[in-house]
Amino acid sequence: MQLDILTTLNAERAARRAAIVVTHVPSGQQRLVKAAEINKDPLRAVLAEHLRSGKSGMEETAEGEVFLTVYVPAPQLVITGAVHISQVLAPVGKLLGYDVTIVDPRTAFASIERFPDVKVIAEWPDKALPSLNVDHYTAFVALTHDPKIDDPALIHALARDCFYIGALGSRKTHARRVERLKQQGLSDAAIARIHAPIGLDINAATPAEIAVAIMAQITQRLREEAEAEAAPAPIKAVS
Amino acid sequence: MLSTDSDILRAAEDWRRQGREVALATVVQTWGSAPRPVGANLVIDQEGNFLGSVSGGCVEGAVVTEALDVIESGKPKMLEFGVADETAWKVGLSCGGTIRVFVEKVE
Repeated sequence: MQLDILTTLNAERAARRAAIVVTHVPSGQQRLVKAAEINKDPLRAVLAEHLRSGKSGMEETAEGEVFLTVYVPAPQLVITGAVHISQVLAPVGKLLGYDVTIVDPRTAFASIERFPDVKVIAEWPDKALPSLNVDHYTAFVALTHDPKIDDPALIHALARDCFYIGALGSRKTHARRVERLKQQGLSDAAIARIHAPIGLDINAATPAEIAVAIMAQITQRLREEAEAEAAPAPIKAVS
Repeated sequence: MLSTDSDILRAAEDWRRQGREVALATVVQTWGSAPRPVGANLVIDQEGNFLGSVSGGCVEGAVVTEALDVIESGKPKMLEFGVADETAWKVGLSCGGTIRVFVEKVE
Protein backbone atom coordinates (compact mmCIF):
# COMPACT_ATOMS: atom_id res chain seq x y z
CA MET A 1 0.00 0.00 0.00
CA GLN A 2 1.26 3.47 -0.88
CA LEU A 3 1.79 5.66 2.17
CA ASP A 4 -0.38 8.43 0.66
CA ILE A 5 -3.32 5.99 0.31
CA LEU A 6 -2.86 4.92 3.93
CA THR A 7 -2.66 8.55 5.07
CA THR A 8 -5.84 9.54 3.22
CA LEU A 9 -7.60 6.44 4.52
CA ASN A 10 -6.69 7.26 8.13
CA ALA A 11 -7.91 10.86 7.62
CA GLU A 12 -11.25 9.64 6.24
CA ARG A 13 -11.65 7.26 9.16
CA ALA A 14 -10.85 10.00 11.67
CA ALA A 15 -13.59 12.15 10.09
CA ARG A 16 -16.11 9.25 10.35
CA ARG A 17 -16.39 8.89 6.57
CA ALA A 18 -16.51 5.49 4.87
CA ALA A 19 -13.99 4.46 2.20
CA ILE A 20 -13.02 1.37 0.22
CA VAL A 21 -9.53 0.22 -0.78
CA VAL A 22 -9.66 -1.63 -4.11
CA THR A 23 -6.76 -4.08 -4.58
CA HIS A 24 -6.26 -5.67 -7.99
CA VAL A 25 -5.16 -9.14 -6.89
CA PRO A 26 -3.04 -10.22 -9.91
CA SER A 27 -0.95 -7.00 -9.93
CA GLY A 28 -1.27 -5.80 -6.33
CA GLN A 29 -2.24 -2.32 -7.63
CA GLN A 30 -4.49 -0.30 -5.36
CA ARG A 31 -6.72 2.72 -5.26
CA LEU A 32 -8.74 4.38 -2.51
CA VAL A 33 -12.37 5.23 -3.25
CA LYS A 34 -14.06 7.60 -0.81
CA ALA A 35 -17.73 6.90 -0.12
CA ALA A 36 -18.70 10.27 -1.63
CA GLU A 37 -16.83 9.47 -4.86
CA ILE A 38 -18.10 5.96 -5.54
CA ASN A 39 -20.28 7.11 -8.45
CA LYS A 40 -17.18 8.18 -10.37
CA ASP A 41 -15.56 4.74 -10.11
CA PRO A 42 -15.85 2.12 -12.88
CA LEU A 43 -16.78 -0.50 -10.27
CA ARG A 44 -19.45 1.72 -8.69
CA ALA A 45 -22.22 -0.92 -8.59
CA VAL A 46 -20.20 -3.51 -6.69
CA LEU A 47 -18.57 -0.84 -4.49
CA ALA A 48 -21.98 0.56 -3.52
CA GLU A 49 -23.16 -2.92 -2.58
CA HIS A 50 -20.14 -3.49 -0.33
CA LEU A 51 -20.50 -0.07 1.25
CA ARG A 52 -24.12 -0.83 2.13
CA SER A 53 -23.24 -4.11 3.80
CA GLY A 54 -20.01 -2.78 5.36
CA LYS A 55 -18.36 -6.09 4.38
CA SER A 56 -14.96 -6.54 2.79
CA GLY A 57 -14.59 -9.26 0.19
CA MET A 58 -13.20 -10.69 -3.03
CA GLU A 59 -15.01 -9.89 -6.30
CA GLU A 60 -14.63 -11.05 -9.90
CA THR A 61 -14.98 -7.91 -12.05
CA ALA A 62 -14.27 -6.60 -15.54
CA GLU A 63 -10.89 -5.49 -14.16
CA GLY A 64 -10.16 -9.04 -12.98
CA GLU A 65 -10.12 -10.37 -9.42
CA VAL A 66 -10.22 -7.51 -6.92
CA PHE A 67 -10.26 -7.42 -3.15
CA LEU A 68 -12.38 -4.70 -1.56
CA THR A 69 -11.43 -3.62 1.96
CA VAL A 70 -14.41 -1.71 3.27
CA TYR A 71 -13.78 0.79 6.05
CA VAL A 72 -16.89 2.10 7.75
CA PRO A 73 -16.74 4.36 10.82
CA ALA A 74 -16.37 2.76 14.24
CA PRO A 75 -19.76 2.65 15.90
CA GLN A 76 -20.42 5.54 18.22
CA LEU A 77 -22.72 5.69 21.23
CA VAL A 78 -24.44 8.98 22.00
CA ILE A 79 -26.29 9.29 25.30
CA THR A 80 -28.48 12.12 26.57
CA GLY A 81 -28.35 12.19 30.36
CA ALA A 82 -25.25 12.20 32.56
CA VAL A 83 -27.15 9.95 34.94
CA HIS A 84 -26.39 6.92 37.09
CA ILE A 85 -27.00 4.42 34.27
CA SER A 86 -24.61 6.39 32.02
CA GLN A 87 -21.83 6.00 34.55
CA VAL A 88 -21.80 2.29 33.70
CA LEU A 89 -23.08 2.45 30.12
CA ALA A 90 -20.28 4.78 28.99
CA PRO A 91 -17.33 2.61 30.11
CA VAL A 92 -19.04 -0.61 28.94
CA GLY A 93 -19.66 0.99 25.54
CA LYS A 94 -16.00 2.00 25.37
CA LEU A 95 -14.87 -1.55 26.15
CA LEU A 96 -17.03 -2.80 23.28
CA GLY A 97 -15.24 -0.40 20.89
CA TYR A 98 -17.72 2.47 20.70
CA ASP A 99 -16.78 6.15 20.67
CA VAL A 100 -18.94 7.38 23.54
CA THR A 101 -20.35 10.89 24.05
CA ILE A 102 -22.75 12.05 26.76
CA VAL A 103 -24.88 15.15 26.25
CA ASP A 104 -26.55 16.83 29.24
CA PRO A 105 -27.16 20.57 29.63
CA ARG A 106 -27.59 20.19 33.40
CA THR A 107 -24.09 21.05 34.53
CA ALA A 108 -24.57 19.57 38.00
CA PHE A 109 -24.92 16.16 36.33
CA ALA A 110 -22.40 16.56 33.55
CA SER A 111 -19.31 16.97 35.72
CA ILE A 112 -15.87 15.60 34.98
CA GLU A 113 -15.67 13.99 38.43
CA ARG A 114 -18.67 11.81 37.66
CA PHE A 115 -17.39 10.87 34.20
CA PRO A 116 -13.63 10.53 34.05
CA ASP A 117 -12.37 9.48 30.60
CA VAL A 118 -15.70 10.12 28.85
CA LYS A 119 -16.52 12.94 26.46
CA VAL A 120 -19.28 14.92 28.16
CA ILE A 121 -20.90 17.94 26.48
CA ALA A 122 -22.80 20.23 28.86
CA GLU A 123 -25.07 21.70 26.19
CA TRP A 124 -28.62 21.28 24.93
CA PRO A 125 -29.00 18.62 22.22
CA ASP A 126 -29.71 21.16 19.46
CA LYS A 127 -26.29 22.73 20.20
CA ALA A 128 -24.34 19.53 20.93
CA LEU A 129 -25.64 16.95 18.45
CA PRO A 130 -24.87 18.54 15.04
CA SER A 131 -21.12 18.49 15.71
CA LEU A 132 -21.17 14.77 16.60
CA ASN A 133 -21.97 13.54 13.07
CA VAL A 134 -24.76 11.33 14.35
CA ASP A 135 -25.19 8.80 11.53
CA HIS A 136 -26.21 5.24 10.69
CA TYR A 137 -23.14 3.96 12.58
CA THR A 138 -24.47 5.54 15.76
CA ALA A 139 -26.44 4.04 18.65
CA PHE A 140 -28.51 6.70 20.42
CA VAL A 141 -29.81 6.34 23.98
CA ALA A 142 -32.08 8.86 25.76
CA LEU A 143 -31.83 8.60 29.54
CA THR A 144 -32.75 11.97 31.09
CA HIS A 145 -36.50 11.37 31.60
CA ASP A 146 -36.84 15.05 30.65
CA PRO A 147 -38.82 15.62 27.42
CA LYS A 148 -37.12 18.99 26.89
CA ILE A 149 -33.81 17.16 26.50
CA ASP A 150 -34.77 13.69 25.23
CA ASP A 151 -37.44 14.57 22.65
CA PRO A 152 -35.38 16.84 20.38
CA ALA A 153 -32.48 14.39 20.62
CA LEU A 154 -34.73 11.47 19.64
CA ILE A 155 -36.05 13.43 16.65
CA HIS A 156 -32.46 14.15 15.60
CA ALA A 157 -31.48 10.46 15.98
CA LEU A 158 -34.47 9.33 13.88
CA ALA A 159 -33.67 11.86 11.16
CA ARG A 160 -30.07 10.63 11.06
CA ASP A 161 -31.15 6.96 10.81
CA CYS A 162 -29.20 5.69 13.82
CA PHE A 163 -28.95 1.89 13.77
CA TYR A 164 -30.23 1.77 17.34
CA ILE A 165 -32.47 4.23 19.19
CA GLY A 166 -33.63 3.61 22.73
CA ALA A 167 -35.39 5.69 25.37
CA LEU A 168 -35.66 5.11 29.10
CA GLY A 169 -39.10 5.08 30.69
CA SER A 170 -42.01 2.85 31.61
CA ARG A 171 -44.71 1.90 29.11
CA LYS A 172 -46.80 4.79 30.48
CA THR A 173 -43.97 7.30 30.11
CA HIS A 174 -43.33 6.04 26.61
CA ALA A 175 -47.02 6.30 25.64
CA ARG A 176 -46.91 9.99 26.59
CA ARG A 177 -43.68 10.37 24.62
CA VAL A 178 -45.30 8.76 21.56
CA GLU A 179 -48.14 11.29 21.76
CA ARG A 180 -45.70 14.21 21.93
CA LEU A 181 -43.65 12.92 19.00
CA LYS A 182 -46.81 12.44 16.91
CA GLN A 183 -47.78 16.03 17.62
CA GLN A 184 -44.35 17.01 16.29
CA GLY A 185 -45.28 15.31 13.03
CA LEU A 186 -43.34 12.04 13.33
CA SER A 187 -44.80 9.00 11.60
CA ASP A 188 -45.84 5.82 13.43
CA ALA A 189 -43.13 3.93 11.52
CA ALA A 190 -40.44 6.33 12.74
CA ILE A 191 -41.66 6.24 16.33
CA ALA A 192 -41.80 2.43 16.22
CA ARG A 193 -38.01 2.43 15.70
CA ILE A 194 -37.53 3.62 19.30
CA HIS A 195 -36.78 0.78 21.72
CA ALA A 196 -38.91 1.44 24.80
CA PRO A 197 -38.96 0.24 27.48
CA ILE A 198 -35.23 0.23 26.83
CA GLY A 199 -32.91 -2.77 27.00
CA LEU A 200 -33.22 -6.54 26.70
CA ASP A 201 -35.62 -8.00 29.22
CA ILE A 202 -33.23 -9.52 31.77
CA ASN A 203 -35.11 -8.28 34.83
CA ALA A 204 -32.47 -5.62 35.36
CA ALA A 205 -32.96 -3.82 38.68
CA THR A 206 -29.92 -1.63 39.41
CA PRO A 207 -28.61 1.16 37.17
CA ALA A 208 -25.61 -1.01 36.29
CA GLU A 209 -27.84 -3.92 35.30
CA ILE A 210 -29.99 -1.62 33.17
CA ALA A 211 -26.81 -0.43 31.45
CA VAL A 212 -25.92 -4.06 30.65
CA ALA A 213 -29.45 -4.67 29.29
CA ILE A 214 -29.16 -1.58 27.06
CA MET A 215 -25.70 -2.52 25.78
CA ALA A 216 -26.90 -6.07 25.05
CA GLN A 217 -29.82 -4.72 23.02
CA ILE A 218 -27.50 -2.39 21.08
CA THR A 219 -25.22 -5.35 20.33
CA GLN A 220 -28.19 -7.43 19.20
CA ARG A 221 -29.31 -4.68 16.78
CA LEU A 222 -25.80 -4.20 15.44
CA ARG A 223 -25.36 -7.90 14.73
CA GLU A 224 -28.88 -8.47 13.38
CA GLU A 225 -28.26 -5.73 10.88
CA ALA A 226 -24.86 -7.10 9.87
CA GLU A 227 -26.43 -10.54 9.40
CA ALA A 228 -29.32 -9.24 7.33
CA GLU A 229 -27.07 -7.24 5.05
CA ALA A 230 -24.36 -9.84 4.62
CA ALA A 231 -23.95 -11.18 1.12
CA PRO A 232 -24.06 -14.97 0.85
CA ALA A 233 -20.59 -16.34 1.59
CA PRO A 234 -18.71 -17.71 -1.41
CA ILE A 235 -18.74 -21.49 -1.52
CA LYS A 236 -15.58 -22.77 -3.13
CA ALA A 237 -13.57 -25.93 -2.80
CA VAL A 238 -10.07 -25.49 -1.46
CA SER A 239 -7.58 -27.52 -3.45
CA MET B 1 -7.43 -0.63 25.65
CA LEU B 2 -8.34 -3.07 22.93
CA SER B 3 -6.60 -2.65 19.61
CA THR B 4 -9.24 -1.65 17.13
CA ASP B 5 -8.65 -1.91 13.41
CA SER B 6 -8.22 1.84 13.17
CA ASP B 7 -5.38 1.71 15.71
CA ILE B 8 -3.65 -0.83 13.51
CA LEU B 9 -3.85 1.31 10.37
CA ARG B 10 -2.79 4.32 12.40
CA ALA B 11 0.20 2.34 13.67
CA ALA B 12 1.08 1.29 10.12
CA GLU B 13 1.18 4.94 9.10
CA ASP B 14 3.09 6.07 12.20
CA TRP B 15 5.65 3.27 11.97
CA ARG B 16 6.33 4.04 8.31
CA ARG B 17 6.71 7.77 9.07
CA GLN B 18 9.22 6.88 11.78
CA GLY B 19 11.29 5.29 9.03
CA ARG B 20 10.52 1.69 9.88
CA GLU B 21 9.99 -0.84 7.09
CA VAL B 22 6.36 -1.94 7.30
CA ALA B 23 4.13 -4.62 5.84
CA LEU B 24 0.36 -4.87 6.10
CA ALA B 25 -1.44 -8.24 6.14
CA THR B 26 -5.19 -8.41 5.42
CA VAL B 27 -7.57 -11.37 5.63
CA VAL B 28 -9.14 -11.44 2.14
CA GLN B 29 -11.12 -14.67 2.19
CA THR B 30 -12.32 -17.21 4.74
CA TRP B 31 -14.01 -20.59 4.46
CA GLY B 32 -15.59 -22.51 7.27
CA SER B 33 -15.12 -21.24 10.78
CA ALA B 34 -12.38 -18.64 10.80
CA PRO B 35 -11.62 -16.61 13.90
CA ARG B 36 -11.12 -13.23 12.25
CA PRO B 37 -13.36 -11.63 9.62
CA VAL B 38 -12.43 -10.66 6.09
CA GLY B 39 -10.76 -7.25 6.26
CA ALA B 40 -8.93 -7.89 9.56
CA ASN B 41 -5.41 -6.40 9.58
CA LEU B 42 -2.00 -7.20 11.01
CA VAL B 43 0.86 -4.73 10.72
CA ILE B 44 4.47 -5.94 10.89
CA ASP B 45 7.81 -4.10 10.92
CA GLN B 46 11.22 -5.24 9.69
CA GLU B 47 12.17 -6.48 13.16
CA GLY B 48 9.13 -8.71 13.44
CA ASN B 49 7.16 -6.42 15.79
CA PHE B 50 3.47 -6.71 15.04
CA LEU B 51 0.07 -5.36 16.04
CA GLY B 52 -3.40 -6.71 15.30
CA SER B 53 -4.37 -10.21 14.27
CA VAL B 54 -5.50 -12.24 11.28
CA SER B 55 -6.34 -15.50 13.02
CA GLY B 56 -6.46 -15.03 16.77
CA GLY B 57 -2.94 -16.37 17.13
CA CYS B 58 -2.88 -19.57 15.05
CA VAL B 59 -0.88 -18.41 12.05
CA GLU B 60 0.51 -15.01 13.04
CA GLY B 61 4.03 -16.42 13.33
CA ALA B 62 4.00 -17.66 9.75
CA VAL B 63 2.46 -14.42 8.48
CA VAL B 64 5.17 -12.39 10.22
CA THR B 65 7.88 -14.55 8.60
CA GLU B 66 6.34 -14.07 5.16
CA ALA B 67 5.90 -10.35 5.84
CA LEU B 68 9.66 -10.01 6.43
CA ASP B 69 10.14 -11.46 2.93
CA VAL B 70 7.64 -9.02 1.48
CA ILE B 71 9.40 -6.11 3.19
CA GLU B 72 12.69 -7.26 1.66
CA SER B 73 11.42 -7.96 -1.87
CA GLY B 74 8.71 -5.28 -2.05
CA LYS B 75 6.47 -7.80 -3.82
CA PRO B 76 3.02 -8.59 -2.38
CA LYS B 77 2.10 -12.19 -1.54
CA MET B 78 -1.12 -14.13 -1.18
CA LEU B 79 -0.94 -16.73 1.61
CA GLU B 80 -3.36 -19.50 2.35
CA PHE B 81 -3.74 -21.39 5.62
CA GLY B 82 -6.03 -24.25 6.46
CA VAL B 83 -6.29 -27.83 7.62
CA ALA B 84 -6.78 -29.03 4.04
CA ASP B 85 -3.48 -27.53 3.01
CA GLU B 86 -0.90 -29.42 5.04
CA THR B 87 1.71 -29.71 2.33
CA ALA B 88 2.09 -25.99 1.84
CA TRP B 89 2.18 -24.99 5.46
CA LYS B 90 3.29 -26.56 8.71
CA VAL B 91 0.83 -24.40 10.61
CA GLY B 92 -2.92 -24.71 10.50
CA LEU B 93 -6.05 -23.32 12.01
CA SER B 94 -7.25 -25.40 14.93
CA CYS B 95 -10.81 -24.23 14.26
CA GLY B 96 -10.84 -26.13 10.97
CA GLY B 97 -11.29 -23.05 8.79
CA THR B 98 -9.25 -21.83 5.88
CA ILE B 99 -8.09 -18.26 5.33
CA ARG B 100 -6.34 -16.32 2.57
CA VAL B 101 -4.13 -13.47 3.68
CA PHE B 102 -2.78 -10.72 1.41
CA VAL B 103 0.57 -9.34 2.55
CA GLU B 104 1.88 -6.09 1.05
CA LYS B 105 4.61 -3.60 1.80
CA VAL B 106 3.74 -0.06 2.87
CA GLU B 107 5.78 2.00 0.39
